[in-house]
Amino acid sequence: MTVQSRRQFLASAAGLVIGVALPLKGRAQSGAAAALGDGTLAEGAFAPNAFIRIAPDNTVTVLSKHIEFGQGPYTGLATLVAEELDADWSQIRAEAAPADDELYANLAFGLQGTGGSTAMANSWMQMRQAGAAARAMLVSAAAEEWGVDRATIQVEKGVVSDGTSSATFGELAEAAAGQSVPVEPAVKNPSEFTLIGTDRPKVDSRAKSDGTAQFTMDVYRDGMETVVVRRPSVIGATVASFDDSAAREVPGVVAVHRIPQGVAVYATSTAAALKGRAALEVEWDMSEAETRSSQEIFADFREMANGEAMEAERIGDAASAIDSAEIVHEAEFLFPFLAHAPMEPLDAVLEVRGGKAEIWMGAQFPTADKGAVTQVLGLEPENVTMNVMLAGGSFGRRAQPTAHIGVEVASIAKARGGDGAWKLVWTREDDLTGAYYRPITLHRMRGGIDADGNITGWENRVVNQSIVAGTPFDQGGLDRTSVEGAIEMPYDLPNLAVDWVKADLPVAPLWWRSVGHTHTAYATEVFLDELLEKAGKDPVQGRLDLLKDEAGRDRAVLERVAEMAGWDGTKVKGDRAYGVALHESFQTYVAEIVEVSDAGGYPKVHKVWAAVDCGVAINPNVIRAQIEGGIGYGLGTILHNALVLGEGGEVQQKNFDTYRMLRIHEMPQVEVAIIDSGADPTGVGEPGTPPIGPAVANAWRALTGQSPRELPFAQAGV
Amino acid sequence: MTTLTVNGEEVALDLPDDTPLLWALRDEMRLTGTKFGCGIAQCGACTVMVDGMPRRSCVTPVGTLEGASVETIEGLDGAEAEAVQSAWVQIDVPQCGWCQSGQVMSAVGLLRMNRAPSDEDIDNAMAGNICRCATYVRIRQAIHDAADTLEG
Repeated sequence: MTVQSRRQFLASAAGLVIGVALPLKGRAQSGAAAALGDGTLAEGAFAPNAFIRIAPDNTVTVLSKHIEFGQGPYTGLATLVAEELDADWSQIRAEAAPADDELYANLAFGLQGTGGSTAMANSWMQMRQAGAAARAMLVSAAAEEWGVDRATIQVEKGVVSDGTSSATFGELAEAAAGQSVPVEPAVKNPSEFTLIGTDRPKVDSRAKSDGTAQFTMDVYRDGMETVVVRRPSVIGATVASFDDSAAREVPGVVAVHRIPQGVAVYATSTAAALKGRAALEVEWDMSEAETRSSQEIFADFREMANGEAMEAERIGDAASAIDSAEIVHEAEFLFPFLAHAPMEPLDAVLEVRGGKAEIWMGAQFPTADKGAVTQVLGLEPENVTMNVMLAGGSFGRRAQPTAHIGVEVASIAKARGGDGAWKLVWTREDDLTGAYYRPITLHRMRGGIDADGNITGWENRVVNQSIVAGTPFDQGGLDRTSVEGAIEMPYDLPNLAVDWVKADLPVAPLWWRSVGHTHTAYATEVFLDELLEKAGKDPVQGRLDLLKDEAGRDRAVLERVAEMAGWDGTKVKGDRAYGVALHESFQTYVAEIVEVSDAGGYPKVHKVWAAVDCGVAINPNVIRAQIEGGIGYGLGTILHNALVLGEGGEVQQKNFDTYRMLRIHEMPQVEVAIIDSGADPTGVGEPGTPPIGPAVANAWRALTGQSPRELPFAQAGV
Repeated sequence: MTTLTVNGEEVALDLPDDTPLLWALRDEMRLTGTKFGCGIAQCGACTVMVDGMPRRSCVTPVGTLEGASVETIEGLDGAEAEAVQSAWVQIDVPQCGWCQSGQVMSAVGLLRMNRAPSDEDIDNAMAGNICRCATYVRIRQAIHDAADTLEG
């Protein structure tokens, strides 16, 4: 594993400062995700840097260092390049960059990876400079060919001209390749943008509407075996013994091997592999397993909340302020384990031939998975190739600092031995029962209100696992991902204490769409709403009055969403109730107001208004899509989802029949407004999700008086 | 041996009768547009047409398909298919894209039976197809757009 070197990379990334780096070397090697580009470097192509290839056929291919799983980086990064290149949108293609930490590092991480809604933010200058450099070289080539001054040359919609002569990028490609590469190419002033800020069709919609988009599971290699693994249904259990005699009788099953992850069944088809797995008899060793139920874990968390904690934020003296308050309000919120459940279950293809290996995988940290395969198989790094594939969703699930899928597929190859090709397929049951969950979490809160209705004190104690502990993202001490959103709130509270109690469980935790904000937004925005109600204040005006002077962007989205929803302070109109929530995550500011009715003891969400400030809106079409989707993702979760450990620790939800996903009839109408703050762009993949839960809970409380304390709503008996 | 028609071509499958159609399509015929999502007919990612009706291929044993006609995303055609797929692209319905073959199949199935579906008709026809990216707002809009195109 390459953890040590990646930690050094991170240390040098100086606390997530986003800088600009422009690797100048083009790469002939390609990712195979090519739903759009075809993954090859054409003869005579112009590759001015690691991100752009201009072919003689006049196509411009943008290599995306960020994996595409629906959040839109192929389109977004291509837009930045096309803008500075003055390309015509129709000539743009996009495909995955290969795995390379030096050329394709996420500048916010220091290694190649996608996450934290950073794709646009860290690429903003880098990809624009890449496009500007290519444009300058095309212009130089034209000037040389035509014997004219560079200054007389214009570029518009993919055509280079000086008024007399004109040429396409494709025609100039070969000559441009001979030009020197500008080191600090000038980029456009925002007033000159023609593509950035306008709705742009996505580059991958056609291939994803006609079945031709190629994902990992769609890769077939000669002689490939499909492998499924029998895993424990209690997390942390290991194989004590197994009997594979019946499994080996299944036609098509070619081998069964014990691997560190369980018992692997190798077959000539998926159907045979699954049948073989079902025929296995396995005895499990429970000595390292999490055998507590979720309810027992919550009971332990309640005890731990009384004990020692790590300070996360302090202002004044919250305890004294609350103890002497006119009104004291207390609440305890319980958040379950959650699975990400991307529609494409985890998978990988690995081919080993003559000391070389090739991987196909929807890898979110591709160099980590490549490193894992290299190490498990004992190969030389230069003999291992990673093809980053389109992935059928992730929501954090494929962002694996542990590279456990790379390790698993390599273990499968190693156990079988020799050359061959293997496709690892996780079933939905593997996905839901296989840990890497949003951590189970408790928030214990106390607030104080004085006789004038002012909030005088705020306490929040969070108990959960650390997601980053033991990963290259671990900086020691407080894990900010455990409390982000519960600290540094935009509200001016005179006395505040936020603490974190670190829990250790043998259940692998993982970032889940919006990470800590998944629970902190709910706990803080519901608790604040309740305090405002007790103080007799309006939820919107009460928040606006509390916002710090410097919270201008929070203020702007809240004011806008109130305007969109026609907020007039009436929380209930007829059978409809309205609730609001405001939450910044990943430096994107989102406020949402929801309209809810009571559909037989359960909330029906009819409409959501959302105002979002993500800085420069590179492609409003993608931003709206991500906010719509983020709302649906969060809504289904707070209504339906918990992965519950039952008695003895058995995971109770094993497939979509019991882990119920939001369906179309439950999806509200969504109206999105994008606020132009002029700030540098930030991400939109995650920030739409956090506010929807508390907004619905606040509306539901207005309607029914109930405020769910244990999520999901179904669990709370709603 | 099961003999059936897949996208207009006769296919003879020498597979155990209980082999799910999904894996026959993918592993044997390399028709990979049909996706695996749950294996228990809960998510709709594997939806294909069997004798003109949307069917979950993950729970359809090939042994039940003697003489049947199967249509997958690769073989989809006709006015409704064209209208649906154009509408899907026009308003950028897909995000990750994994479920969208199944969504398109269900939407085409709906419009072949009902060229002017209401929101409720759409809910009834599409509630079996999960989209984890929650592209439902655009799925609904695209079906209405496709219906408008067909009514022309």
